[in-house]
Amino acid sequence: MNSLQKIARETDKRESIGDFAVGDTIRADLLIVEGEKERIQSLTGTVIARNGGGVAEAITIRRISYGQAVEHVLPLHSPRVAKITVTRRGKVRRAKLYYIRGQQGKAARVKELR
Amino acid sequence: MKGLIGKKLGMTQIFEPSGRRVSVTALQAGPCTVTCLRTQERDGYSAIQLGFGRRSLRKTTKPVAGQLQAAGLAENPPLRLREVRLSEDAAVAVGETLAADIFAEGEYVDVSGRTKGRGFQGVVRRYRFGGGRASHGGAWLRKPGSIGMCVNPGKIYKGRKMPGRMGGVKRTCQNLRVVGVRPQDNVILVEGAVPGPSGGLVMIREAVKKGN
Repeated sequence: MNSLQKIARETDKRESIGDFAVGDTIRADLLIVEGEKERIQSLTGTVIARNGGGVAEAITIRRISYGQAVEHVLPLHSPRVAKITVTRRGKVRRAKLYYIRGQQGKAARVKELR
Repeated sequence: MKGLIGKKLGMTQIFEPSGRRVSVTALQAGPCTVTCLRTQERDGYSAIQLGFGRRSLRKTTKPVAGQLQAAGLAENPPLRLREVRLSEDAAVAVGETLAADIFAEGEYVDVSGRTKGRGFQGVVRRYRFGGGRASHGGAWLRKPGSIGMCVNPGKIYKGRKMPGRMGGVKRTCQNLRVVGVRPQDNVILVEGAVPGPSGGLVMIREAVKKGN
């Protein structure tokens, strides 16, 4: 193994991230610094894309927050991402769900995988 | 002033504890053997000469091998020799080895290397000329346009930017922050990009424009 791979492996935390896919609804627990203390804030939403590879991998989470659609891009290997749990598996046929952005109501949902 | 000869290993990214992503270049820094000392008294300036890597004996000329004898490297010649200027005569001895741990996290360094060769390029790519318009009767899409005046002065001024060979020249990236030192591998991580291809030889020096 060369030095570059060694460095990447230290940053890589794939094992602790857990298994999820595009279309799933997930809860991401993020470490937030508030004054002196650190606390966990969770963010729930649908994964609409996974971008990048290796330690550069990031996911895009979309949610409707107080009637306003919000998208968050999370670097998966960031130390600020404490935990990711899947709350609902989605049934999708595409790797990127960008089409959801232009849709409203029932059309903007992802069917549950059964 | 301190410096080492090294090799660019490639780029990756790491996270700071705050979660900030940092693009870093991993550089193999040393180990370098001190092959010669330049002293104020004998040479008129102070410097150390460093050797890095391994050159085959067949490719080493006898004069070079002879000069390396003092460092005990005549049988094991280094690939590259470079001098690092010092403000006063060095406290190290010929034959000693310097490694990545002479740099510390948080310091700033200048990294020089030979940029990737890009071959014969036009002025748009080589000098960022704007070029002309594709439509509305444009007649000089990627051409340089006018390169000078008429019968007075009747010549093209020297230094005129024209198409030609691009890349493959020495360039220095200044004030790169050292974000990690890994003495066990002789690797240092610097923030941002450095000139040249992965595997290319680079010179790593203390930053001249930052008071380290």
